[in-house]
Amino acid sequence: MNQASVNQDSHAVAGQSDPGQATRRTVSLTINGRQYDLPELDNRTTILDACREHLGLTGPKKGCDHGQCGACTVLINGRRVNSCLSLAVMHEQDQIETIEGIGTPDELAPLQAAFLEEDAYQCGYCTAGQICSAKALLSELQQNWPSHVTGDLTAPIPMTDAEISERMSGNICRCSAYPNIVRAIRRVMVAQGIASADEPVTPMAGSMGETA
Amino acid sequence: MKPFVYQRVTDLADAVQQASQDEAKLIAGGTNLLDLMKLEIEKPAKLVDINGLALDQIEATSDGGMRIGALVTNSDLANHPRIRQDYAVLSRAILAGASGQLRNKATTGGNLLQRTRCHYFYQPDSACNKRKPGSGCPAIGGENRGLAILGVSDHCIAQHPSDMAVAMRLLDARVETRLPDGGSRQIPLVDFYCLPGDTPHIETVLQPGELITHVVLPAPPTGRHDYVKVRDRASYAFALVSIASVIEVQNGQLAAIRMAFGGIGVQPWRNEAAEAILLGSTGDSATIDQAADLLLCAAQPQTQNLFKVSLTRRLIHQAVQQALTRAGVAA
Repeated sequence: MNQASVNQDSHAVAGQSDPGQATRRTVSLTINGRQYDLPELDNRTTILDACREHLGLTGPKKGCDHGQCGACTVLINGRRVNSCLSLAVMHEQDQIETIEGIGTPDELAPLQAAFLEEDAYQCGYCTAGQICSAKALLSELQQNWPSHVTGDLTAPIPMTDAEISERMSGNICRCSAYPNIVRAIRRVMVAQGIASADEPVTPMAGSMGETA
Repeated sequence: MKPFVYQRVTDLADAVQQASQDEAKLIAGGTNLLDLMKLEIEKPAKLVDINGLALDQIEATSDGGMRIGALVTNSDLANHPRIRQDYAVLSRAILAGASGQLRNKATTGGNLLQRTRCHYFYQPDSACNKRKPGSGCPAIGGENRGLAILGVSDHCIAQHPSDMAVAMRLLDARVETRLPDGGSRQIPLVDFYCLPGDTPHIETVLQPGELITHVVLPAPPTGRHDYVKVRDRASYAFALVSIASVIEVQNGQLAAIRMAFGGIGVQPWRNEAAEAILLGSTGDSATIDQAADLLLCAAQPQTQNLFKVSLTRRLIHQAVQQALTRAGVAA
């Protein structure tokens, strides 16, 4: 589905005379600490479309629109999600953060600066999603969340490149800047003391049969 | 996507009443439902948002098991200290699936109910007996590399895509539900899914409006917990074949063994008789082959997914041999 069909008012107003049967409603969203009211928003509107088409927040990108590419990644209550699979109407109580809230051109966040420093993109279309995802990754590591490549589920997580790669697999980069994306994230992990510069770097394993 | 009415519920009785209405659908994480709605494979006239129901707790049960609320996210379940410690096969299965973003939204109940990833099911202009009963199954004799080899029928060979449900099957999980008449019931996961037969559009035994409230796990099985998933890339892809295993080795013998499989069945697949062949054995190659023979003798592969038969067999060998090796027994 594309944005045009969301905006087809002609077939979206059925039953609007009865509030219990409305297919639109006024939705209030909190994005980057600011409250936005979206009057008569079509229930079908995703957070991605609300940001891009209604609020001028074009940081989250529409890649696949089916939760497969990660270009639309935003943080909801600090957790990364695909905004293309999140209905605006279901998130009125939540704190939403987009790349616009993470940093600005004049005041780059550490991850943004690291992506520049490490040349972690080419066309840049996936980058906002990559950085939002990476921000959540840092927080997940600090909370000792395990991943598919973690050996011992009950021990502290080793901060290997394999861990970073696995945890970033929900963000596709068709320019294939992956090695530099991993380096950029590692740079921030080291700067923030989450990882040491001499942390063992293991390659992404092809088979995970050795885990457990 | 078709327009829909949106309603939040905070009361279980209200939720099942609303869900019983024609063309109403429950929504929690929405990671699969919204995808299907965008393709107009699902066209609910009403979405009932159940995130306000207090079903997001993980609690210990008096018999040493765990009771997981249907709204617990895949992330929270995989990260839970007790699950990581005692039900590692479940943590590992969940972490092998989807992406960090999706696991943060996807819920325990929704994961059990996710639909197949058969390409023809997702192709609205194609025939599909699951999507449009009686229209035919182009996957049979068509593009079927990822599809099922066990439990299939002449009408449908769609695989069940969940990793989590494979571990749940191994753990003898029970699905606790609330019925529209106010009653509740527990359905062992082994009885939860329907074989496709000539009605592949009927996927579970849930009645209209029936809502999953919890998944109950019995006390954890002892032994080494593993989940090995073979797929086309190292991460973020559905299983071609996956194996959940819990194996305990004592005195060089398999003192306890459970195995469940993803990617090969129309539902999470387990064959307790195959496990019984291995139980008490030394895990020698001939006995593993006997067990694999029993598991796979009913397989009905197509040309493109024929490889799953030998791949499954190799994964069983690998699981048993690794359990023995780790127990210090020379394989």
